[in-house]
This record gives sequence, structure tokens and C-alpha cells, in this order.
Amino acid sequence: MIQLEAPFTEEKIRALKQGDEVEITGVIFTGRDAAHKYLHEGGALPAGMSLQNKIVYHCGPVVVKDGQGNWKVVAAGPTTSIREEPYQGDIIKQFGLRAVIGKGGMGERTLAACKEFGCVYLHAVGGAAQVLSTHIQKVKNVYFMEEFGSPEAMWELEIVKFPALVTMDSHGNSLHREILATSTNVFNQLVN
Amino acid sequence: MLLRNLDASLLELVRRTSAELPEDIKRVINQSLQREKKGSVAWNTFSIIEKNIQLAKERSLPICQDTGSCLFYVDCPVGLDQIAFAEVARAAVKEATLKGYLRQNSVDSLTGKNSGTNLGPGAPVFHFHQHASPELRVRLMLKGGGCENVGQQYSLPMESLKANRDLAGCRKVILDSVLKAQGKGCGPGVLGVCIGGDRATSYEHSKEQLLRKLDDTNSNPDLAQLEERVLKEANQMGIGPMGYGGEVTLLGVKIGALNRLPASYFVSISYMCWAFRRQGVNLDGNGEVQNWLY
Ligand code: SF4
Repeated sequence: MIQLEAPFTEEKIRALKQGDEVEITGVIFTGRDAAHKYLHEGGALPAGMSLQNKIVYHCGPVVVKDGQGNWKVVAAGPTTSIREEPYQGDIIKQFGLRAVIGKGGMGERTLAACKEFGCVYLHAVGGAAQVLSTHIQKVKNVYFMEEFGSPEAMWELEIVKFPALVTMDSHGNSLHREILATSTNVFNQLVN
Repeated sequence: MLLRNLDASLLELVRRTSAELPEDIKRVINQSLQREKKGSVAWNTFSIIEKNIQLAKERSLPICQDTGSCLFYVDCPVGLDQIAFAEVARAAVKEATLKGYLRQNSVDSLTGKNSGTNLGPGAPVFHFHQHASPELRVRLMLKGGGCENVGQQYSLPMESLKANRDLAGCRKVILDSVLKAQGKGCGPGVLGVCIGGDRATSYEHSKEQLLRKLDDTNSNPDLAQLEERVLKEANQMGIGPMGYGGEVTLLGVKIGALNRLPASYFVSISYMCWAFRRQGVNLDGNGEVQNWLY
């Protein structure tokens, strides 16, 4: 198990290989459909917020306020990443992302951007909302709450030993592409 | 109200369905873990899944944040007031949403507005069946969006796969649906399949197959054989949990058949993710829970 800790430098990210299991510790931002569309259309980040060398998590968390009025994440599994494929590559380039966490993998454009700009795609276990929420220690901030609503807002979260698998690395390798090829081979043998 | 304690019983049915996986599913998930190589990515993934199931139960919180569509299957005695029953069930769904057992998950398709209550046109879904028994049996399935999106309907013959209108053709298209679902829908999953019917009844019947326990045996020997074969072959494809690669691609396959028109031959496949949320109860004359079904 590789410990991936902030700051997420290009060097650390380039060292990761497809198939590596990692535990991530540091700050991440959630972002899903509304945020990706907005950023891609030239929308600006709020003053003081930067995604440079940061991680974006494709997730619409369930967040509640506890007795003291603090935000608390109660369920936070990944959502399907491929919906962000039209935007992700450009956002990696423009904002300097170092990693994207999600589920289901992404396409060739994102893979190419990962290679060119030094970024990886990390797959979290889909449906594991409870386990993953235990690795979220703190809600540091929330952006675009008014504009996008709670699940679509960009939540700044402090995570500790958050488990994920490198399925697309910064060297052009994709586990998704690989499994598709091997399973298609078996399928062809089975049906022909 | 028709049955005094119906509201409390239905609320508890929703809570349990969302927070606790049925025994038959848990058993197969545990067997699947044992089949993966210890310490492999697939093994670790099953371990996280098992831990998640445990945590959700302890915390009485949703197993997955997508609490899906609420599908009610109600077998009721002659004379039960179905209109009143549906009213009580809708109130239970609303209450369960307030309590956080269900996510606000029902969106107006035209305006994009979330009703916030899980109520609206077509939500929740009710299937009432009258039966010649005094018992009231209520089953609930929560079916998430990710896995619903990878369902498929084939119309045979299908030239590209050389799939004809026979069980051999059915086998090919079912395996094709598994290949296409990889990496999506949070596998390992369970397939509910219907051969025949029209476009609507075929999908409906495929979902009803998911009400069967994973360890039952199909009463039709041909379908029993097909279920077993497809399960084995799908697992040979090596797609594994989450599409990471591994021994277990599917947890189960359940196939039913409906009559069709001579001109049609549909094979419909509903895919259920590992977060297989279904539960059921028998209720007595007061609406009290007599026993849990899964
Ligand atoms: S497919 Fe199932 S486990 Fe995955 S996110 Fe949807 S409901 Fe949850």
C-alpha cells in the first residue's frame, strides 16, 4: 500500500503506476457535473481557492450539520466519472490538477491529459459510501453552495488514508482499457 | 387507516432495506471474497465492501448514498384497500427521506427539480398482486441509478453476435450485457433476465427475477442450466469487482420467461449492483411485522 500524502507534487504522481493501491492523506475537493461544466465554460474559481497540485473527487456527498453547527459528511461514495470526460482533460491542463478520484474510469482524452500534464485517475470502491466517509476527517470549506446546491457544490475535505486504486497513470496505461481487451477476448471465444 | 401499525412497519421496512443487506446476498459476497487471492486488489475490494455492509448496519445509515428507486411489490388478500395502502406507503417513503434512510432522489424530468420527498409521478413504484390468502406480503427493492443504467434489452435475432431465437442466442446476448456493463454499475452484480414478453413487461419481469433468493433453483430445468452456465462463463471473463480484474464478475443470474408474440423475441436484462437492497415482510391483520422474508 502506497501512502500518497499532500503536497501532491508532479514527482509523486509520476511515480505511481497503474495497479498501485494507495491511501491518500490531504485536502481534496469534490466536483461533479455542474462544477466541471462551469469550469470548462471559463468559470473562475472563488478568490483564494486553487486546484493547483490538488485532487478532485467525483462525488456528491451527503453532508449534514451536527449539534454544534459543523458540517459532517455522512455518506460519500464516488459517482460515475465518464460523464466528465468532455471536460476533464482541459480542466487538468488549465487548473493543474494532480489526481482525479471517481469510479468507472475515463476515456482517452483524460488519459492523454494525465500523460501530458502529470495527473492520475484513482478509482474508489463504488457503493462503499460508509467506509469512505470514515476516511473524511473534516469539512474545511464549501464553494458554490448557492449556485449548485449541496451535492454539486465543491466541498473542501480533509481526508486520511482514503483507499483508492490507480487505474490510469501518467504514462498512458489504463487498467480499464486492459480489462476490456482481455475480457473481450474471452467473450469472443465463448460466443464464437 | 386500514391497518393500525402499517405506517411504522413500512417505515422499518424502508430503513432495513436501505441499511442492511439480505442474508443471501451477504453470504455470496463472503464466498466471493474467499475465491479471490488473498491480498489481491479484488480481495481488498471485497473486504471494503464487507466492511461497508457492516458499518451501514451498525450506523443504521444507507449502504450506498444512491438509495435508488423504491419498488414495492405487494401481495394482498382480496378486499385490501390498495388506494389507502399506497397512501400509507407514500407517507412512509417521505418520512424515511426526512430521517435520512433515503436520499432525496426523485427529480422532475422536465424541470430538473428534486421533489425532496422521493414522491412524484412514478415514484415510488407499486406492483399490487391479489392472492387467495389472508396474508399481506410487502417486498421492497431499492434500485440505484448506476446499475439501472447498464440494463439492456435485445431483440433477437441479432446478426452481429449471430444470436438466434433460441436459448443459445439468449446466452450470447446475456454475456454481451456483462461485457458492456464492466466498470459500471458497481459490480460484481446480479442479473435479472426475462426472455419474451413485450418491451415493457419484459423489463418488468426481469426486475422481478431479482426478488428470488440467490441460492434458489429455477423450477425450469433448461433455465436453471442456463443460469448456471452464464454465471460460470461471466466469471471466466475476469472482469472482477469494480472491473479491476478478478475471479468474481457476477454474484448470480436469475432468468424467467414470458410468452411472446410470434413476431417478437426480447431478452431483457436488469443489472443489480453488489449493494443489492431488497427486503420483505409478512404483516398480520394489524399491520404488525410477523416475519422478515430475506
Ligand atoms: S450502482 Fe449501486 S452501489 Fe453503485 S453507486 Fe449506484 S446504487 Fe450505489
